[in-house]
Formats: sequence, C-alpha cells, structure tokens
Amino acid sequence: MQQPSAPAVLEPEVRQARAADGATAAALSGAWDIRALESRARLLKSQLRQLAADPGRHWDLSRIQRLDHIGALLIWQAWGKRRPAQLALAHGHEVFFSNLDSAAAAVPAAPFDPLRLVRALGAAMLLTAEHLLGMVQLIGQILIDSFGLIRHPLRGPWREISASLFRVGTQALGITALVGFLIGVVLSYLSAEQLKAFGANIFIINLLGMGIIRELGPVIAAVLVAGRSGSAITAQLGVMRVTEELDALSVMGIPHTVRLILPKIVALAIAMPLLILWTSGIALIGGALAANTQLGISVHSFFIGLPGAVPTVNLWLAMGKGVVFGALIALIACHFGLRVQPNTESLGIGTTNSVVTSITAVIVADAIFAVIFSDVGISLS
Amino acid sequence: MTPVIEVESLWTQFGDHVVHRDLNLVVMPGEVVSLVGGSGSGKTTLMRQILGLEQPTRGTVKVFGIPLQGSSAQLVQKIRKRWGVLFQEGALYSALSVFDNIALPLRELRAFDEDFIGDMVMLKLDMVDIERRHASKMPADLSGGMIKRIALARALVLEPELVFLDEPTAGLDPDRSESFVKLIRSLHQKLNLTVVMVTHDLDTLVSLSHKIAVLAEQQLIVYGSLKEAIAVQHPFILNFFLGERGLRALSAVGASVKLSGKD
Repeated sequence: MQQPSAPAVLEPEVRQARAADGATAAALSGAWDIRALESRARLLKSQLRQLAADPGRHWDLSRIQRLDHIGALLIWQAWGKRRPAQLALAHGHEVFFSNLDSAAAAVPAAPFDPLRLVRALGAAMLLTAEHLLGMVQLIGQILIDSFGLIRHPLRGPWREISASLFRVGTQALGITALVGFLIGVVLSYLSAEQLKAFGANIFIINLLGMGIIRELGPVIAAVLVAGRSGSAITAQLGVMRVTEELDALSVMGIPHTVRLILPKIVALAIAMPLLILWTSGIALIGGALAANTQLGISVHSFFIGLPGAVPTVNLWLAMGKGVVFGALIALIACHFGLRVQPNTESLGIGTTNSVVTSITAVIVADAIFAVIFSDVGISLS
Repeated sequence: MTPVIEVESLWTQFGDHVVHRDLNLVVMPGEVVSLVGGSGSGKTTLMRQILGLEQPTRGTVKVFGIPLQGSSAQLVQKIRKRWGVLFQEGALYSALSVFDNIALPLRELRAFDEDFIGDMVMLKLDMVDIERRHASKMPADLSGGMIKRIALARALVLEPELVFLDEPTAGLDPDRSESFVKLIRSLHQKLNLTVVMVTHDLDTLVSLSHKIAVLAEQQLIVYGSLKEAIAVQHPFILNFFLGERGLRALSAVGASVKLSGKD
C-alpha cells in the first residue's frame, strides 16, 4: 500500500556488498513491484543472474520497500527457483516467497501421439458422416412437422415466412442487381471483342442469353444469397443456441423446426427463383447496354432476338434450380446454426463452415442439373 | 492517505430517467466496499462508470486520485494496469485456454519472458485453488465455479491494488460460494487489496464487507458499516436486511448487530 507519509519510493536496485563475516553479498532495495519492474525487468534479471552465480552469496532483501509476486518471482527465478541459504527478508515480504516455494512445475506437456494423423483423418470422416446424418435427421424432422401443418394450416408460421421472405428476398434486391449488372457488362464486353474478330456480332445475344439465364444468373444469385442470408441464419440460430432461446422454445412445446427453420426454408425456396429472374434480367440489361456500345446492336433488337436465341424452357430450368438452391442454402445454414456450441469461437467457425458448405453445395447441385438436363433447352430450332 | 476511488456529485441520466442524482462515494485503501440496491438502482452502472466503461452525465470519477474524464489516454491506461475486474460471468476469452487467458495481461506488457509468465500463471492458479492440469483446458469445458476462480486469477495477475467484483458468488452453489468468499477474504488479507463489489448475496455481503453502500432513490442512502446500514429506516433496507433471509444471514455473524435497527 502506498502511503504519502512514507519516504519516497526508490527505483529497484541491485548492489554488490560484503556481509559482516566477509562473504559476498547482494543488497536489493527500492520498489520491486510490477509498476517499477515493467520497464526494467530484463536488465534487473541479468544483474540478478550474475550475482546468483555465486551460490554462497548472502542476500539482503530487507531494504526492499515494496514487493509483489512479480518482483518476488523475478528474484526467485534468478536464484534457480529455490531460496539461497543466507536470506534476509523485510517484514511482511515472507508471504510472497512462501507462495512461490510451492510453485515450481510447469504445465504438463501433451503426450506424444504417433497416430495423430490417422486419428485426425478418422475424426474428419466421422464428422462428415455425423453432418450428413444430422442433415437427414433435420430434413426428416421438418417433414414430420410439416404433416402436422397440413392438417392445421391456420397454425402455420405464415408471419414468420412473410418476415423471412422480406429479409432474404426484398432486402437482397439491391446487391443482386448491382452484381448482376456488372457481370452482364463485363461478360458482354469481353465476348464482344472475340465475336467482332469473327464477324459474328449477332451471336452475342445467344451467348449472353444462354449463359446468363441458364447458368450464371442462378449461380451468382445463389452465391450472393448464401453469403448474405446463409451466414445470417447460421449466426441467428447459433446465438439462440448460446442464449438457450432454442431450449426455451422446446420446453414451451413449440418445435423450433416449425417456427424457425421451416419458415426460412420456405422463404428461401420462394425468394430464390424470383431473385434469379431479377438478377438474370438485370445482367441481360447490362449485357445489352455493353453490346450496344461495343457492337452497335441496339438494346431493342437485343431483346427482340432473345426469345429466338434462348428457348423458354431455360427460364423454367433456372426457376427450378432456384427452388433447389434456396432450400439447400437454408437447410445447410440451419444445420450449422443448430450445431453451434455455446462459445464465441464455435459461432465463428459455424458461420464460416455454413457459407463455404452452402456455396459448394450450390455449385455441386448446379453441376448435377447440367448433367441431368444436358439435352433440354439447348438445341436451336 | 489518498482515497482509491472518489466519486463526486455524479449524475446519470438516460433521457428523462435519472439513475444517479448527485451521488458521492469515497473508498479508502484496504477497504472492502459492497454496493447494494434494488434492481435498476444503478449499481452496475455506477461500477461501469468507475471502470470508465460508461460516461456519467455530470460529475467526476477519480481512481487513485486521477480523474477518468479529461485525463490523457496514457494516464488512464496506467490506472487500468492497477486494477483487476471480475465480471459476473467471468468473461474469459473463449478462444483462449485457461493458461493463455491468465497469461494475456502479462504478455501484453512485453516485459517478461515465457518462462516467467509460465511460473506466474501457475502461481496464480495455486492462489485460486485450481489444479494445474486444468491450465490447458478451454473455458467452455469448465464449470461455473472454476470459471469464476480462473477469472479472478486473471484479474489478479497484474498484482492490482484495486479489485472489482461483479456478483462474485452469483450462480455458485452455497458450498462453492462460501469457499469463494473465503478465497477472496484470504487474498484480501494477503495482498492488502481494496475491493469494490456489487452483490445481492447477503452471506457474501455480511462476511466480506467493511462498508456497505446502499443505492436507493438515485443516491447513496447509507454508506457505512453493516451496523450503521441496518440502523437506517428505509423500506429497501427493511426488506433487504431485516427480512427473513436477511435476519438469518445476520444472525449467522452474531446477533449483536441484529436489533440495533429495530426496537
């Protein structure tokens, strides 16, 4: 305790001295607490080490004005973690060293495991299987709860669905439009350079129409929604798990699959195809504008030529993809959200995994679509 | 002696709602002061203002004689190294192991090597009665009582002169809460700390505090020993100390104080 009436507190100091019987001695004085040592720890430590090299040295610590565990530990470590034979302590300083005498061992190191890699591989496999199982269970639970919904449609979570639709659909219009427009412009600009070289200007309509409506529009919209809404859903459910809100719902007899998960899946399955149409439309406008400046094809003739170049069935295919992508994103996001453990790190990992997995799943699903529908809507009549 | 904490004519207002009206509080070195009061009486707000986490509407808060408002960031930083805080839920960093949680403040100083830090962490774990094998565990794997103890070790690692305890025994079972109270008392005696705590637990309050600050009606209605506190006629005090639970806790420490407030 610092008292104003006490003599001024001096800096920590180590001096060589000589004891009464002629033996070498070390005298420590001043303040040996964290405030004083913070800036001088390294210097004092090396001084102490030098003096401690002589095992017969007498240590006079009685003139230390202030001491705490930090100072005591510094001195004690210099002694080689045990007290010297000849030691004089100031009154009340004994307690700091007696605490230290019992503290010597370090943290026990983790035992070496030669099969660590094999174990890690096995654990990863089991984890993947567990994820798949969990996903199947979730789908099953949702289906079971949905049957109850069919019998009592008025009790359905319609408000929740409407709120989710607004969040994942309406509020995503801006970002999907911006990205879609830019992609359309860039794609059109790059293709125009190539097509011009072959004099095949008019095929820009086929290229953009087919590419955007069938592939790019759905995938871009899905990736954006996975990053935007997927992460939000995972984080929301994860925080609800951490704060025990999910458990509170369960004990009230409100199944969280119906109140929380089903609305999100339905909302994304509805919003996704609409967002895809919107993104593709804006991307085509961007492409048409760029084609106009680059190739001189007027916007009017671009859109007149579009139905001839892209069979209508492609639109239905894109919408179908949208439903699947939307449900997939919501399902994966909910699955990871429900698995969050009650700590901050798990929340971060869960959200990252959710976004990465749903984007991967969207692209895999898109590839499957491409294989299954390889002869639908492509042949030009 | 300079007071450790000086709160002078402090006002706190949220819109029209006045939480503290012209509140004064002085804590001297070595004292154990408990803040009590009903829900919404502003105990936690007051503590957060003393910690500099919230700004009072008016008035000054001085810690170690240095005003928190208007001092340079460097000076405030110095104060922060001289106090330790035990948050209600422990607030251990969930991404770090027990060892790293306690070592973090020491590492931030960049003055000590890892060998020193390791010994210091083990010393602090010993002080709060946590076995060393728990050092490598993550906070999520620990029980509530252990989290509190480890959070206390972290609060004490920079050898603070002033320690804040927010509901130190809330969420602990009676047995653990008693041993936690014993731990705090022995640390207070050993290290000569100044302690400020917010608590609802009468047993903790009665067995630890030298002084009790009762917050009600936007002010400190009492600031003094337990005896002085229960002598005051006020509905909150009657309910809190002289209700059934209060009397039981008071009788446990000795009936001498029991009837001084009532006749």
